[in-house]
Amino acid sequence: MPLQTSPLRGIHDERGAKFTEFGGWDMPVEFDSIQIEHGAVREDVGIFDVSHMGQIHVTGPDATELMQRLTSNDVSRLEVGDSQYAAITDEDGIILDDTVVYRLPDEDDQSTFLFVPNAGTDEATHERWISYRNEWDLDATVDNRTDEYAMFAVQGPHAVDLVESIADESVDDLERFEARYATIDGVECWTARTGYTGEDGFELILPWETAEETWAAFDCQPCGLGARDTLRIEAGLLLAGQDFDPETDPRTPYEAGIGFVVALDTEFVGRDALAAVEETGVEEQLVGFQLIDRGVPRHGYDITTTENRVIGTVTSGTMSPTLEKPIGLGYVPVESAEPGTTLQVIVRGQFKKARVETTPFIDIVQ
Amino acid sequence: MRFEIPDDRRYLESHEWAHETDGVVRVGISDFAQDELGDVVFVELPDEGDSLEQNDEFGVVESIKAVSDLYAPVSGDVAAVNADLFDAPELVNDDPFGEGWMLEIDPADGDQLAELLSADEYEEQIA
Repeated sequence: MPLQTSPLRGIHDERGAKFTEFGGWDMPVEFDSIQIEHGAVREDVGIFDVSHMGQIHVTGPDATELMQRLTSNDVSRLEVGDSQYAAITDEDGIILDDTVVYRLPDEDDQSTFLFVPNAGTDEATHERWISYRNEWDLDATVDNRTDEYAMFAVQGPHAVDLVESIADESVDDLERFEARYATIDGVECWTARTGYTGEDGFELILPWETAEETWAAFDCQPCGLGARDTLRIEAGLLLAGQDFDPETDPRTPYEAGIGFVVALDTEFVGRDALAAVEETGVEEQLVGFQLIDRGVPRHGYDITTTENRVIGTVTSGTMSPTLEKPIGLGYVPVESAEPGTTLQVIVRGQFKKARVETTPFIDIVQ
Repeated sequence: MRFEIPDDRRYLESHEWAHETDGVVRVGISDFAQDELGDVVFVELPDEGDSLEQNDEFGVVESIKAVSDLYAPVSGDVAAVNADLFDAPELVNDDPFGEGWMLEIDPADGDQLAELLSADEYEEQIA
């Protein structure tokens, strides 16, 4: 199957980006250097093309109920312009995907939602929504609009100033996780004070056909998936398919450290299984760690006790550009999860000392 | 993008270069290789005196996004390693054919260097 491409594929190519396959999309991984791009986001501002993220639009008399029953968090708490992080779980409480749910302005006096599944999961998620809607006989329209909307993330301590400088109206009053339609450089964008880098900033969802022009209006460092990965690891944020994967590494939200997105007082697929897990506790959990010895932890490397007994696996790892230290995430038994615990990571056959750290590794905007 | 490929040295398909001066073969990775890897953050090298066979793995270069094995262009003993890289691995990006060199080998077989790719052949490979 040919890879899907962002509306900015040609622009990125002209800019000299390197590309990689990600979730079935051909996306820029690096424009200048990961360190330069990472540094821009931590110290100034950078812009990411995240058009590979899915967009699913849900409206109708039963839209709230459908969203409530298929996401783990409590969507009934959302006022128009609010958003929330949530997990999509199966009957066993296993994370199928993580997502941000936005409540859009009502359409035809009906509650309306837009949620953002990860790259490559939009079709399956759309089918899941349709299938359950039909099974439960709910009155809701579910549209997969992934190919209609581009998405940019403008992130960094100066992100707000930059967006303000080209916005036709002020948006700096938006609080974290708040959003509204705003005109940015003449284009109406769903403008959300959200992001996945640990920094302040906005995510903009805008019509696919205006993407090139709007992108060009941002005079700042373009950033690729490489920097997005190092930034999100430093912020202790999960990467779908790596830090959880329903096929190869099935995990509950409690194991993955996102128990805060589980609203057990709501009814949703997986709720009963998760209530049981919440009561008994987890056996393993995701921890952050720093490698004390020299080396770089990578996805798939074994984690061991100091007696060389394998107890877990690295799910994400990198040399942190901000801390200039090798850091990673991985699942270990709860008895080894306490910050300060000494572990080891097997880096190409060599046992390297590591220490469990609290995450996020850096101060992040919450 | 055009990459620097000095014609005073030989190359491996795995992107190492080998340059002989006064009977010692200095080894590093090519401009193309450092560009593909991106920001180099870690280099693992053998100890002086270690014995290497041609095409043996002799170390590892890691960038933020990838890890890559390094292969010996010729057989021989390690005469020197570039210890500067342990504190400043970015030298591999900044000056891959100069300050970013990795090790020197006292070659066991003077003919092996001639078996490697010429600059033109290497250029063709990465084209």
